[in-house]
Amino acid sequence: MTEILAQTPPILHGPSDKERKYDRQLRLWAASGQAALEAANILLINSGPGTAGIETLKNLVLPGIGKFTIADNALVQEVDLGVNFFLDESSLGKSRAQCCTELLLELNPEVDGSWNSTVTDTASLQKLLDVPEIFTMIMYSLPLQPEMIQAIETYGRQHGTPLVAIHSVGFYSYFRIALPGTFPIVDTHPDETATTDLRLLSPWPELSKFASEMTKDIENLDHHEHGHIPMVVILLYYLNIWKEEHNGAYPTAYSEKTAFRELVSKAMRRDNPEGGEENFEEAVAAVMKHVVAPSVPSSLKQVFEYEHNDEQQSKSSFWIIAEALKQFYAEHQRLPVAGGLPDMKAQSNVYIRLQNIYKEKARQDANDVFSRAQQISGGENIDRAEVELFCTNARFIKLINTTGEEPPSMGQIIERELGNDEISAIAGPEMPMSLISIYLALSVLSSTSVASADDIIAAVCEKAPTLNNNERLAQVAQELSRAAGGELHNISAVIGGMVAQEIIKIITKQYIPIDNTCIFDGIESRCQVLRL
Amino acid sequence: MSVETQRAAHLVADSETMRWKYLDQIRRNPGPLTDPMAVEEEFLAQFEKFKIFGAGGLGCEILKNLAMSKFKDIHVIDMDTIDISNLNRQFLFRKSDVGKFKAEVAARFVEQRVKGVKITAHNNRIQDFDDEFYKQFQLVICGLDSIEARRWINAMLVSIAEEAEDPDGIKPLIDGGTEGFKGQARVILPSITSCIECQLDMHAPRAAVPLCTIASIPRQPEHCVEWAHVIAWEEEKPFPKLDKDDPEHVTWIYQKALKRAEEFNIPGITYSLTQGTIKNIIPAIASTNAIIAAACCNEAFKIATNSAPCLGFENNYMMYSGNDSIYTYTFKHEKKEDCPVCGREARPLEADPNMTLQDLLDSLALRPEAQLKKPSIRAEGKTLYMQVPQSLEEQTRPNLSKSLKDLGLENGQEVVVTDPAFPLEFNFYFRFKAAESS
Ligand SMILES: [Zn+2]
Repeated sequence: MTEILAQTPPILHGPSDKERKYDRQLRLWAASGQAALEAANILLINSGPGTAGIETLKNLVLPGIGKFTIADNALVQEVDLGVNFFLDESSLGKSRAQCCTELLLELNPEVDGSWNSTVTDTASLQKLLDVPEIFTMIMYSLPLQPEMIQAIETYGRQHGTPLVAIHSVGFYSYFRIALPGTFPIVDTHPDETATTDLRLLSPWPELSKFASEMTKDIENLDHHEHGHIPMVVILLYYLNIWKEEHNGAYPTAYSEKTAFRELVSKAMRRDNPEGGEENFEEAVAAVMKHVVAPSVPSSLKQVFEYEHNDEQQSKSSFWIIAEALKQFYAEHQRLPVAGGLPDMKAQSNVYIRLQNIYKEKARQDANDVFSRAQQISGGENIDRAEVELFCTNARFIKLINTTGEEPPSMGQIIERELGNDEISAIAGPEMPMSLISIYLALSVLSSTSVASADDIIAAVCEKAPTLNNNERLAQVAQELSRAAGGELHNISAVIGGMVAQEIIKIITKQYIPIDNTCIFDGIESRCQVLRL
Repeated sequence: MSVETQRAAHLVADSETMRWKYLDQIRRNPGPLTDPMAVEEEFLAQFEKFKIFGAGGLGCEILKNLAMSKFKDIHVIDMDTIDISNLNRQFLFRKSDVGKFKAEVAARFVEQRVKGVKITAHNNRIQDFDDEFYKQFQLVICGLDSIEARRWINAMLVSIAEEAEDPDGIKPLIDGGTEGFKGQARVILPSITSCIECQLDMHAPRAAVPLCTIASIPRQPEHCVEWAHVIAWEEEKPFPKLDKDDPEHVTWIYQKALKRAEEFNIPGITYSLTQGTIKNIIPAIASTNAIIAAACCNEAFKIATNSAPCLGFENNYMMYSGNDSIYTYTFKHEKKEDCPVCGREARPLEADPNMTLQDLLDSLALRPEAQLKKPSIRAEGKTLYMQVPQSLEEQTRPNLSKSLKDLGLENGQEVVVTDPAFPLEFNFYFRFKAAESS
């Protein structure tokens, strides 16, 4: 036993208790995302049955949000115990805000929570909003008095606080996010398969030199060496041959690529003991996807062409780096090299050298962008790591909630959705019907909890006459009125999970949040996201 | 009965009525899509007796949701004990519960929180019980981590359904799973609709790294970790048995991997990567588990109450992704006539007649439609390879290095594959590739 202990070196960088507790989520948003969550302060203004908001908080307390506050003036009644899990018999008659806060805090000792049971109208709400601490995000459950919603919206505008409205009735639910201005995301976590950026059609001198040295005597390499040429080098070599045979042009059309793939495939040795070569198979498989001219994706074009109507916004580090990147692109007519290299059959040292060539180029490009950023007014203290991430992810950068362009009116959106429904009716189940009528019908209930189906239909049609006699709307209105303003726990738990995901994405500025309304149909078990 | 107790009984009944007001409102007032039978008193009363079985990593969420859906008789199974890394999402557990049985702790917690629910905990594997046990339930709902366990319970419920003489034998299986911001929820009506086995290719296994890469030409940090995990550990045996949850063991592998990576100039080895690689850790968060578990329990509620149409006969599968906005795809996965569990036909097995039996068996682990790790194989009248018993294994082992052609196997010939992880046989027929011109 002592022998074993003596052999085992001390733990060098073993995880802390906290890292172990959060291990499964740190793999998604890393320490930076976790730090953002732990610095966040969330306010929930609760009303009605109020389960969806509490379920959302549960999903934020568990991953370790910094602080939350529940504002809710309700006293716990028997009916709450049938829908809200964070209450029990001993809660009856007490403040619902207090009881939920206490039972939520049991979930994670690292989270702070407080409650307020005095918010009954705009004045008392204003008092709560006037506290010196700034809320990172505010959620509110519907139905809520329109004046109170206005007060929350004013706070959101003044403090740049994102807002989430949540409404859950019976089998239907939606939530809507209001972001303060354009929301850019750099760390979008694209699928790994999409990120590979090999620059096979625009190699730089170091990469070309590496490839040509490795292949200068390719026919005379022994089987082992030939079978371990990295697929990147194979493709660069045969692209040169192709160019020589085609007046200096690369294969770009589909038919040319097919012919090029054939050229690579024919070059595979089959007279070796294995009867083929894995590295050539990898090269053949990579042709269609990676023999491509670099282009600027439309999401990045949108960043390049963005016109600021807010002076302050243009001074943020995102927009300074974006400007620097735009300059880089204008000069080089290409984006910075991302720097990653996927795994491929190769000798260890060869692969590592190749990997370093890509990394070094990425570093040079990032340096270029970095020094440009420093030249821009306000960019003197720009963070190098931020520039690097920006360059690596350049092709996947995304803007959400872009302001500037005139958004379509509700009338136009309804028209578009009804038009799509006519197509779906013919296309069959592959194209599901629009869920907009759920949103419209729920909106009628956003200030009053109960209404008859006829009242709902009348109120919707008053604003949207095109929906007169719409069968789907009639169905949705009946389904909603059936619930009499009540929540179903499962539906509120689904929506509480979705809202928590979105809040996490917004706070960590990682992954891509919805833009801006998500409607959930618990009968058909599906969602639709609309920009409303 | 005294006046006092009568009054007390009334009060309990009143509070019970008050408590489930929202839920009963839905159950007693049919919507435009509700089956009219749902509101008949007889049917409403049946719900109280509904017995439901839950299992797996989504257990905390599922128990909460079932109890809050007014299910009164719930069984829960989980053989695992609570680990500290569960606490970021399995919300019924506290730090002081680490090491205790999950099923037990979760059951007691929910029983205490929600009045009137009875939860029976089983600290077992699902495979520990037989068909007699599973026949007592009306519905099975699971969020199991392992595909093997899913396939096992699926095969069990399909066989119960096929043997049953009345519709009570059809125990709907609701299955949920998550990975990061993504997940899926599906409803299976055993023997009637597409089953887990029919849908197996939706969960293709990750391609394994070839052993020669690990042994001699590592390029990625994971290759170094696998070398330390598989090769260095076997050679040095620093502890009698590898425990992937023991920080001391993981540290040993981590440091071995680190040394090897330094030798080859490979960057990127961390403790977290080491543990993630050897344990094949899948990222998991509370919010995704909440979405998927609640979507599953919503289906269970609709099935049990008929209060609204459920997934099943038509659409039966919901995919959810929260990485880029929110995207759901709810569709009908078709039953496969050649499904080894619920179908009747043998399935084609693509093969090269020149490949060895060993290669064929290895490929069964990787083929998305098979995923069999310890296969035994026989053709009519001849045993090709058997994993057990030992005597038969030794007898049949020489066949492994022979090619299919040399074993006398022909195009179109049927073979039967078995695997100890599954209570059934897989029927295949060979579909030989045309010999490549070389
Ligand atoms: Zn099947």
